[in-house]
Amino acid sequence: MAEKRKKKLGIKQRYSMLTRGLGWDTTYQDMDKVFPYDNYEGIIIHDWEGWEDPFRLTMDAYWKFQSEKEKKLYAVIDSFAQNNGHLGITDARYVNALKLFLTGVSPLEYQAARGFTHVGRHFRGVGPRVACQMQAIDELRHVQTQIHSMSHYNKYFDGLHSAPHMHDRVWYLSVPKSFFDDARTAGPFEFLTSISFAFEYVLTNLLFVPFMSGAAFNGDMATVTFGFSAQSDEARHMTLGLEVIKFMLEQDERNIPIVQRWMDKWFWRGTRMLALVAMMMDYMLPKRVMSWREAWDIYFTEAGGALFADLARYGIKPPKYADIATKEAEHISHQAWHIFYNYTHAAAFHTWVPEKDELDWLSEKYPNTFDKYYRPRLEYLDKEEKAGRRFYNDTLPMLCQVCQIPMGFTDMDDPTTISFEVSEYKDDKYHTCSLGCKDIFDYEPAKYVQAWLPVHQIYQGNCGGAEIPDVLKWYNFNLGADNMEYNGSPDQKLWDEWQAHRKKA
Amino acid sequence: MSLEIKTNVIQPRRHTYDHIAKRLGADKPATRYQEGTWDLQPTTNFHYRPTWDPSREIYDKSLTAIEMEDWYSFNDPRQLYYGTYTMARHKMMEAEENHFKFIGKSNMFGLMDDEWQQKIKEFLLPMRHYEWGANMNNCDCSDKAYGTAISQVALFAAMDRLGMAQIISRVGLLLDDSTGKSLDQAKADWMENDLWQGARRMIEDSFVVKDWFELLVAQNLSMDGVVFPLFYQYFDEAGQQHGGAPMSMLNEFMQDWGKDEKRWLDHLLKVTAAESPENAALLSKWASVWTDRAIEAFTPIAKHVLGEGAADVMTSIRAEITKRAQKSGIEI
Repeated sequence: MAEKRKKKLGIKQRYSMLTRGLGWDTTYQDMDKVFPYDNYEGIIIHDWEGWEDPFRLTMDAYWKFQSEKEKKLYAVIDSFAQNNGHLGITDARYVNALKLFLTGVSPLEYQAARGFTHVGRHFRGVGPRVACQMQAIDELRHVQTQIHSMSHYNKYFDGLHSAPHMHDRVWYLSVPKSFFDDARTAGPFEFLTSISFAFEYVLTNLLFVPFMSGAAFNGDMATVTFGFSAQSDEARHMTLGLEVIKFMLEQDERNIPIVQRWMDKWFWRGTRMLALVAMMMDYMLPKRVMSWREAWDIYFTEAGGALFADLARYGIKPPKYADIATKEAEHISHQAWHIFYNYTHAAAFHTWVPEKDELDWLSEKYPNTFDKYYRPRLEYLDKEEKAGRRFYNDTLPMLCQVCQIPMGFTDMDDPTTISFEVSEYKDDKYHTCSLGCKDIFDYEPAKYVQAWLPVHQIYQGNCGGAEIPDVLKWYNFNLGADNMEYNGSPDQKLWDEWQAHRKKA
Repeated sequence: MSLEIKTNVIQPRRHTYDHIAKRLGADKPATRYQEGTWDLQPTTNFHYRPTWDPSREIYDKSLTAIEMEDWYSFNDPRQLYYGTYTMARHKMMEAEENHFKFIGKSNMFGLMDDEWQQKIKEFLLPMRHYEWGANMNNCDCSDKAYGTAISQVALFAAMDRLGMAQIISRVGLLLDDSTGKSLDQAKADWMENDLWQGARRMIEDSFVVKDWFELLVAQNLSMDGVVFPLFYQYFDEAGQQHGGAPMSMLNEFMQDWGKDEKRWLDHLLKVTAAESPENAALLSKWASVWTDRAIEAFTPIAKHVLGEGAADVMTSIRAEITKRAQKSGIEI
């Protein structure tokens, strides 16, 4: 046989043949019936072939890379458990960041898996569908590996035992839950704008990265290994986020105002949820990575600024209220921590007044605000606690109708005045915490009036009973262990015992 | 003799998560499958209804007529969660990759009769579109399914179908010297050739099936119940007299996958049918309707490849599906 010249296909061409060519236009069933959800949002797509695959992974390569990463990760998780890795963290207070993560963030990974599965079925273009399916299964990876990494912590610390149950019920967890429910109940293009773009692309350095850096700084090898292992997945997810935005903007100029509105909305909703991360960074890490203010400056003001400068050629402006969010970076972590300090008897993690050197660090990092507004209050609370009068707030707070955070944030120009807005819809009044949340409400009031607001639900008797302990039992809290002040908690006592034992040994 | 390394033993305060202990009936160590599967899906207090379908909740039991007291009654007998899933598939793919390498290096496809090479183009390559349809259907089941246990097996299956569509495409590239012409022809056949219209119509009809459990039965029991034996066993055997051994090697992935699918699917059907006579009746109805259709849809291509023997083969494939279903408590 004559020597055959083997043609070598380029990656792009090969990927295209193995993937893009798989789809077809249905003729026995109407395409609009097969794909019923991808045009009601008003996004106009002329040519699905215009989709540029952000990463060209075929399944053979996917299985190979991912299984290798999994093998390494589980080896570390196993060795962490075998060697009592939890004894090597900086301080037991650190575990409270993990409690927040496992109950607040890991369930979002699951929601993301299901959300990407949904859009992975429902876009009529093969390119975006495959990218979404890969992200779907990646997100399943993330929730499962997080549960497996933290399984060991659950054996030794409180507050980690019932994440799915709590995520569906506990008041502050309705902040992340409603965020994701909002995205999942939106159309497929808005879902990608919210999760792939706003969440993964613009804000991931302010959400995922702080937790993982916090783990690295605080000796948590299990979590930081997960973080490194997930890094290449996250990079893929970010490129998907940018691609979907460019795709929509390039397809039709009528898409621009829709995309802009979604960016404004999801930027604001994202920054509200990040209040939880802000307080984690400034207050919950015994060894701090950087202040929230610094993280905001680097990852939003600088990196986000460059991104939006790049998008300006499409007619996209930086998100509305970005200026307010930047002002908030001076205050938000302190105000959020104060809210949780008030209500830590109803939370599945502990709070505390930072130690003196930690207060000094905050003074240094927040020269404009901390000494003036927040340090005196913390010092007062410290004095009260030491005098045996640890303060807990027994009145339930009003929640923002949109972001569901207790309405405790202030006017940024006047940090002694609570900020709130009022909207009317069908003869009822609805309260929001900010102009950003008010705009979101006013655009889709029929959606946001449906919100399952935990405080309203408690008062309506839907949460286990009339008294706070009834509600906490309904949350499946172990009272006196999961909740309350850190000082004197079982976590703290055990930690001190373990440390004393180690010193002796 | 055994070695004993002394370690610092710290008594754990609990052995697993609360919701896992509740299902285990005691606080005892759980498997990674259990911790990574049970109760992950939110079940209550959803904030908003989907704007794309306000008639339903985000997770909604009423998306199928099947009723289960507990949607975690089914557990994957393969115990696959993401980590074990990717490792298992990589292992299968590694073997397949070696076959591709071996065949490509020694140009083994050239050993097959030209006629048989042409046949493979006609019967196998259009199946990449069938696999893509199966990807969509499993994706849809995973999207709508209630509970993580079923949703994740369907997602794994969806990704597998994409993988198999790609394996079949690579066979095409081996046959057409990487020009992609055979894939274009296969698509034209899928769209227009009479041999394929029954199959394509069936798949397109399945795309609009509303009940996800019906779709799961249609795709994975009925259609796959015909496809995997027909294409990767009977057609494979028919190829032996035409020097089809190299193709047999490449069929290995699909053959193994078909066996693997049966493991979880038959168990799922069994658990679901055992729950109530109503469930069993629904499953029986769906399995009967879709198995009839699948047999009919693939008969033309069976005749094209097997000639007169096709009728007997289809009869025995049907009998095999019926037998499997019966074992799971389903009457076809």
